[in-house]
Amino acid sequence: MSIFSYLLPKKEKSASVAKERLQIIVARERATRGGPDYLPQLQEELLMVVRKYVEVDQDAINIQVDRESGCEILELNITLPDE
Amino acid sequence: MTKIVVVTSGKGGVGKTTTSAALATGLAQRGHKTTVIDFDVGLRNLDLIMGCERRVVYDLVNVINGDANLKQGLIKDKRVEDLFILPASQTRDKDALTLEGVEKVLEGLKDMGMEYIICDSPAGIEKGALTAAYFADEAVVVTNPEVSSVRDSDRILGILSSKTRKAELGEGDIPASLLLTRYSPERVERGEMLSVEDVKDILAIDLLGVIPESQAVLNASNSGAPVILDSESDAGKAYEDAVARFLGEQRPHRFLTANKKGLFGRLFGAQ
Repeated sequence: MSIFSYLLPKKEKSASVAKERLQIIVARERATRGGPDYLPQLQEELLMVVRKYVEVDQDAINIQVDRESGCEILELNITLPDE
Repeated sequence: MTKIVVVTSGKGGVGKTTTSAALATGLAQRGHKTTVIDFDVGLRNLDLIMGCERRVVYDLVNVINGDANLKQGLIKDKRVEDLFILPASQTRDKDALTLEGVEKVLEGLKDMGMEYIICDSPAGIEKGALTAAYFADEAVVVTNPEVSSVRDSDRILGILSSKTRKAELGEGDIPASLLLTRYSPERVERGEMLSVEDVKDILAIDLLGVIPESQAVLNASNSGAPVILDSESDAGKAYEDAVARFLGEQRPHRFLTANKKGLFGRLFGAQ
């Protein structure tokens, strides 16, 4: 590493960018893992219904299936925007 | 008692076959009767890595179909006692591999007194990979410190937790451990490569070993001798450590820091 590199503005290292991106995508994929195949489409259609009344982002909806003692729970979270 | 181990990854080209060959050879070197099976139907390659490509007469599908018996299908390694190879078939018929057929082969190997059966999985999440993993008691997930490989490994871990026979029988997840290959401590120190800690954080499984990026791996495949037989090489030593850990020994991880030794150190320094 040359002495001049200390003078240059610090660029974010690619490894930390990689880690951050991976953590996000892996968490998202784990949330829908093992769930039924119709989940993404269900999420899409639910979002469309909600959007008829309130304008929400794509990221504002979170859907997942949990298994608890033999029964499945469909969990749906929609964050509504501030008025 | 026979232990069936699947070596898997999701992504191709990360070192599954190299690892299967090294792990099987290492186990056999320690006196455990071991068979390594190539599940990559249509793209046979374990035979080349093991250096027995010219001795292949029958293959896994031949044995399943009854064209040959198990003893005829197995190739006995010429260098290491107690090591056997069962090559994949080169047929293009992917349906040739049935779960019933594979189960029969595995039972046959158990009856022969195999202690370990290493299943070298094909890449992907299709039938071939699922078949290789189905009967496994344990999984070794081979990963490169690179985004697509890590993501695919996580996907495979999810599949392993629901699609193995143990999972289907409600016996829970099979233990899975991480083998990080093609690791370059220099690049990690420069912030250009995910570190072993990063990958462990994301995948959240036990670390079996870290294999450094090494010329020895290509040399080994060029000559058809599993890299673990190159006991002087860094990769060979790292695989040797991984085998020891696989058998329950505690060993510190080596080759995780950049080598800053000078010529003197290289010539006379121990590890």
